[in-house]
Amino acid sequence: MNVTLKIWRQKNATDTGKFETYDMKDINDHMSFLELVDVLNEKLEQEGKEPVHFDHDCREGICGSCAMYINGRPHGPMKGTTACQLHMRHFKEGETITVEPWRARAFPVIKDLMVDRSAFDRIIQAGGYISVNTGGVPDANEIPVSKDIADEAFNAATCIACGACVAACKNASAMLFVSAKISQLALLPQGQVERERRAELMISQMDAEGFGACSNTQACSAECPKEIDMLNIARMNREFLKAKVGSRAQEIH
Amino acid sequence: MNFESKTPTGPIAEQWTKHKFNLKLVNPANKRKYDIIVVGTGLAGASAAASLAELGYNVKSFCFQDSPRRAHSIAAQGGINAAKNYQNDGDSVFRLFYDTVKGGDYRSRESNVYRLSEVSVSIIDQCVAQGVPFAREYGGLLSNRSFGGAQVSRTFYARGQTGQQLLIGAYSAMSRQVANGKIKVYPRTEMLDLVMVDGKARGIVTRNLITGEIESHSGHAVILASGGYGNVFFLSTNAMGSNATAAWRAHKKGALFANPCYTQIHPTCIPVSGEYQSKLTLMSESLRNDGRVWVPKKEGDKRKPHEIPEAERDYYLERKYPAFGNLVPRDVASRNAKQVCDEGKGVGETGLAVYLDFADAIKRDGRDTISAKYGNLFEMYEKITGYNPYDTPMMIYPAVHYTMGGLWVDYNLMTSIPGLYSLGEANFSDHGANRLGASALMQGLADGYFVIPYTIGDYLAGMSYDKVPTTHEAFKAAEADVQAKLKKLISINGKQTVDQLHKKLGHIMWDKCGMSRTAEGLKEAREQIKKVKEEFWTDVKVLGTADELNQTLEKASRVADFIELGALMVEDALQREESLWRSLPRRIPDTRRGSQTRR
Amino acid sequence: MFAIKSYYNFGLVTTPIAKFIMSWFTQTLSTTIGKKVIMALSGLFLITFIIVHVSGNMLLFKGDEGEAFNLYAKFMTSNPLVRLVSIVLYSGIILHVIYAIVLTLYNRKSRPVGYKMTHPSENSTWKSRNMGILGTLVFIFLVIHMRSFWWEMHFGDIPVKTYAGIEVVDLYTVVLAAFSNWWYSALYVLAMVALGYHLSHGFWSAFQTVGLNHEKYMPLLKKTALIFSIIVPLLFASMPVYFYIKSIL
Repeated sequence: MNVTLKIWRQKNATDTGKFETYDMKDINDHMSFLELVDVLNEKLEQEGKEPVHFDHDCREGICGSCAMYINGRPHGPMKGTTACQLHMRHFKEGETITVEPWRARAFPVIKDLMVDRSAFDRIIQAGGYISVNTGGVPDANEIPVSKDIADEAFNAATCIACGACVAACKNASAMLFVSAKISQLALLPQGQVERERRAELMISQMDAEGFGACSNTQACSAECPKEIDMLNIARMNREFLKAKVGSRAQEIH
Repeated sequence: MNFESKTPTGPIAEQWTKHKFNLKLVNPANKRKYDIIVVGTGLAGASAAASLAELGYNVKSFCFQDSPRRAHSIAAQGGINAAKNYQNDGDSVFRLFYDTVKGGDYRSRESNVYRLSEVSVSIIDQCVAQGVPFAREYGGLLSNRSFGGAQVSRTFYARGQTGQQLLIGAYSAMSRQVANGKIKVYPRTEMLDLVMVDGKARGIVTRNLITGEIESHSGHAVILASGGYGNVFFLSTNAMGSNATAAWRAHKKGALFANPCYTQIHPTCIPVSGEYQSKLTLMSESLRNDGRVWVPKKEGDKRKPHEIPEAERDYYLERKYPAFGNLVPRDVASRNAKQVCDEGKGVGETGLAVYLDFADAIKRDGRDTISAKYGNLFEMYEKITGYNPYDTPMMIYPAVHYTMGGLWVDYNLMTSIPGLYSLGEANFSDHGANRLGASALMQGLADGYFVIPYTIGDYLAGMSYDKVPTTHEAFKAAEADVQAKLKKLISINGKQTVDQLHKKLGHIMWDKCGMSRTAEGLKEAREQIKKVKEEFWTDVKVLGTADELNQTLEKASRVADFIELGALMVEDALQREESLWRSLPRRIPDTRRGSQTRR
Repeated sequence: MFAIKSYYNFGLVTTPIAKFIMSWFTQTLSTTIGKKVIMALSGLFLITFIIVHVSGNMLLFKGDEGEAFNLYAKFMTSNPLVRLVSIVLYSGIILHVIYAIVLTLYNRKSRPVGYKMTHPSENSTWKSRNMGILGTLVFIFLVIHMRSFWWEMHFGDIPVKTYAGIEVVDLYTVVLAAFSNWWYSALYVLAMVALGYHLSHGFWSAFQTVGLNHEKYMPLLKKTALIFSIIVPLLFASMPVYFYIKSIL
């Protein structure tokens, strides 16, 4: 099949950037979208032109590296799919495919399609963990966890931190990401001890990074490659309000 | 060369306890005077960084990914073994040890494996305490499954994403120490050289992948947890960025490699669909529990699978190994698939695939039962191939998956360079010639959480607190070397792209040092790799400069090392009388006793 | 490590004095979630108000030449408790509007460079993305509406009627007059469409924001929201339509 790629090219963080158009001829519809960009890059390199820079690693939809806004949607048109799992058979013959980087104040563009998502790391560092040292923990079966709760915590924990939620949101809000982590730990008995503190600290860091607020459009959930539910955002808000209004200890975070 | 394994004496079950007592300690107040460099943030690296920081050491952690959480441990699907015996089915530390050693063809260091089995129980406790959402029973206790043909149910899992959940557990432990100021993370930073002062590992030279800056980092010890080198083959189930550079550069500074040619080839991967293929995707081995493997009896049969009548199908695994059927061990399944494809019976466009058919299972158990068991795997398969496995048989082919070989380490996980440690897939010690399913995660976390925090103290206790400044001549010399090498890569400005050359290497390795190896083939490979190396250093095309973000340069620098490592793998394979990894030897008789039925 | 900057970016207040002024309460409300909670709570409050409003106004249809309606209007403007509540109501509206503006500006800032090509309709509804526009329309309508009736009621020169000895302003006639104008009635109908869309997202969204979302009741809430957002604006819109038709017959 033949397609036309219209890709955002930006030399570095300060460059203004622009679209470049590339005609891709005779491509195999079994190839993945990232493999199409590989093919383009091979061609560009042979022509002595700089290849398109983009983040990618596992190419199995689990590392969360790939971050492309394809044809107006994060990770492209398929539901529950990362860009690396998106195959060309889902595009039409002769289609023009527009590719842009994630756009958000908190995700500055580094080069071409690469953005800096370290804000997510800082949010986790603010409290997305259970403070236990290695060793000296109780036996794994000491505290039973209801299967339903464990499953729900797992569903929240499937987040791959790709940032599609931020990219999809009209406000570039990171609430789906943050709420997934807060939910996972708030659901499990092991996470109870730091529950209030965690919600307050992570949300405060989320705000400090410059992510927007939630308008409940549900775009994040619809575009999440792991299909993480909006329920988590409600849970996070609940956790936050509980922490603010009903905290048992006197300390204010 | 120091080759002392430092394995404690006495009964194997008491060795680790005895050894822990004999190891020297660093006073809690003095730990903050030591800096430790950890390269890699997979299960081994992240758990090591977190645990060492908790103890009080200052840790600098490096990864080439944009976040520590993206290391390739994240892609492990199946599960993690632990000798908990929660299922009351006869498991024990000794049985896990025994199975692992036996599965590894008796080629692992038994003392290390025993320790691994021993600490495996603590790993599960630790992960649960961190909030890892393992699968549970309705009673609220942890669920286990039998994995990879094990006779006991000792595998803990989190749906098909165990690696992800464990890694995020370790990453969150790490994040906590970052917040505490005990770990400094350097993401998008690649180690390009090891720095030695007075014969000891004292630091690394790195390249900041965003700015291209060459930087030096000094420490009292260096830990390499940089993963395996499956990407020598170009196509593997490894991540695109997985590389051998850190280990290889350390090797060039004197850290010896052990068993480099031991590669695990996983039988159930999605086949290659064309020349553009960038990597391979693993499908869980559990599929073989219900799927039947077959190829047409006739060579070059191009009919669609449902047009081939039962009588003209060869269910070769069931035919050859009636006792095991489709559940033969990984190695047997892989080499038989290759064999039938080599005979021209392979299916699919490339002829490099065999069918894995669920039609009988669906007929027997119903579509719903099969969907409940394998629904997400079928979905994944359909996503990638566009074919629906409910209607048409899956196509599978073996792919390089794991490298058992790696840097040689002693019982303390120290390489042959004092002060340089190697953990996880990067070292050679625990899996011998073949790794059992669900053991990689176990080893990574065992090394990081429960071994290195004890053993590194023994080394540091004998060291002065003095830091080597990065202005030291050894650092300057290493920086100059690195810069010269990068400059050289850019200056060649030849005609072939890095990927083209990498693919050439991959083809040679796969054909001659992959599933089946012969002395002649390996000798040919030796010459061919020499040629590829020559081509690489005279004809590679790397655009741009070294002083900016340059993904081509990153790849080129890694491929340069893959070529050298590939040559070493071939040399290693040539030294061996049997064919490892684990394939049907063509002409060399299989020396492994009872290999057909052995688990 | 823990940036507390956000606690103090209430919009205007960024000086060190902020630390002094900022109590736990304002800190909480100045976070993104806090701001949204204000939107949600004020929104829910306004929803309860429109229930009262639409029920009261239904008296227009009583067919008693406006007696009941006029008496109701008198009650609503003279009862001290209602007058107190109305102050709360006005504050509610102002709060809802101010926070909508604050949030919109804040959200805009979070994506300084937009996409060149985007297909949001694939992942979200138009109304959910355009609550600001819908809200603005409703607000403009509200100003016109207040000018026409509230202003007239309080400061206008309206004839007085007497029912059983009680002297009341004849608001009914003002309504009649206003709705006999076709474009004015049409404006009302249009505004009610905007209100309907605004409500159909805002209703359930408010519950989600304050943390009330569960598989058990969210489907019911969403259905209620839909029914509510159709029925209430429909009832409101029926008034101008009814009186306009009446005026031309």
